Amino acid sequence: MITLYQLSKSFNGKKVLDNLNMRFKERRITVIIGRSGGGKSVMLKHIIGLIKPDSGRVLIDGIDMNTLKKKELNEIRKKFGMVFQDGALFDSLSVFENVAFPLRQHLNLPEEDIRYKVYSILNDVGLNGHESKMPSEISGGMRKRVAVARALILNPEIMLFDEPTTGLDPIMSDVINNLVVSMHDKFKFTGIIISHDIKGAYKTGDEIAMLYNGKIIEVGTPEEFKDSKNPIINQFVSGSMNGPIIL
Amino acid sequence: MDAILNPFESIGKFILKTINDLGSIVIYMGEALLSIPRYRINFNNLIEQMIFIGMDSFYVVGLTGFFTGMVLSLQAYYAAKVVGVTYMIGPTVTLAMTRELGPVLTALMITARCGSSMASEIGTMKVTEQIDALEVMAVDPYYYLAVPRILAAIIMLPIMAILCSLIGIIGGYVVYAYFLGLNHVTYIEKIYQYINLGDIYGGLLKSVFFGAILATISTFKGFETTGGAKGIGKFTTQAVVLSSICILLADYLFTSILF
Repeated sequence: MITLYQLSKSFNGKKVLDNLNMRFKERRITVIIGRSGGGKSVMLKHIIGLIKPDSGRVLIDGIDMNTLKKKELNEIRKKFGMVFQDGALFDSLSVFENVAFPLRQHLNLPEEDIRYKVYSILNDVGLNGHESKMPSEISGGMRKRVAVARALILNPEIMLFDEPTTGLDPIMSDVINNLVVSMHDKFKFTGIIISHDIKGAYKTGDEIAMLYNGKIIEVGTPEEFKDSKNPIINQFVSGSMNGPIIL
Repeated sequence: MDAILNPFESIGKFILKTINDLGSIVIYMGEALLSIPRYRINFNNLIEQMIFIGMDSFYVVGLTGFFTGMVLSLQAYYAAKVVGVTYMIGPTVTLAMTRELGPVLTALMITARCGSSMASEIGTMKVTEQIDALEVMAVDPYYYLAVPRILAAIIMLPIMAILCSLIGIIGGYVVYAYFLGLNHVTYIEKIYQYINLGDIYGGLLKSVFFGAILATISTFKGFETTGGAKGIGKFTTQAVVLSSICILLADYLFTSILF
């Protein structure tokens, strides 16, 4: 269970998260939507301990992430997989070595087991035959799929996706959204997706939450979001420049 | 009034920033070294870095040593000829190479070649979120990226420095015996007569510290990198400049203590 409790964070005097409270349901996918620069990625980085809050707590299964020592934090992080916005693949390693990296770091497996696991997950994400390519030799969509494979290779309990469809064409975005849903069906992780892709949010999310002015202003199912009476949500979902959201 | 105070304010800011930077580097080095007992050493990574710092730098270090030895021999000849002590050229070249020029030039060349590469490689990883990716995968980036580079530099710098000194002495010999036409036996004989192992050990000890300095500062600047491609260039330059200055400063301190 992931709980954010009265989380606040400012950068250069600008409050990005403002007493934010949120509880993520286990084994469900929650999509966080909100404006660009609104603090969504900052929130995600708090969850995995890459950023420390000014105040408030991030609780993972009841453990406060900010009280942990480095080694304890690394133990908790083994529960996580994260897909970064641009993949964050290691550009000096091949696709195979990128996906094998967490296995080599954390498990003492024989080489044949590593190969089996890597080929198996690359098959799941539809990247058979691309193992020996370097990240610079594959497309943006393929890079995201490699990043998904790398994040899933240790079968994590929690998956974080930082704008998984940003920069992709609509068809490739749909491919990634379908991949997230199918991987969730297979691995049953608790998923948190940061996105502005409303169509993708409806498709992948069991729940959608809107971050606005540093706070979560509404949480609901995709259907509840579609029928929301909140003018801020309506404006964001419709993509209109006219409305209560201050530009 | 501002016109009077501004220069002092700038000096004060510079001093505070320098102290802050040096403090951060010491803390960083402590963190990197403390991470060693927490994990098992990745020998593949360490050997890869040793090859990069050592074997791959051989030509540049060797050529630097060779030409420096040649120049030293030639310059020493002009001075020694005046007072009639040309037989002292061998020991002069050897002392200069083993105590000073071998370790210092090796460190400066490896800073230019490998320090810049360390800073830019880690800096690129920082701005493309690859360092964050390591952290998220519960891999300590200091341990994974910094420790092998620092250890490899500490191991390889003395080896490269001794090679540089040896090649420099050979360069001096070539000028002495073949270009100046002096007695080559005297060159070698006088080296044995005037040089003791303490001269070589002192140079080697310096090299160990130079290795630690250049790799620590270069990787530190890599981790500090912000601001995209321009930032990578800026922090890489800072890494090379700061490493070079610290090596020269450390050289003076060690020389005044050791010899």
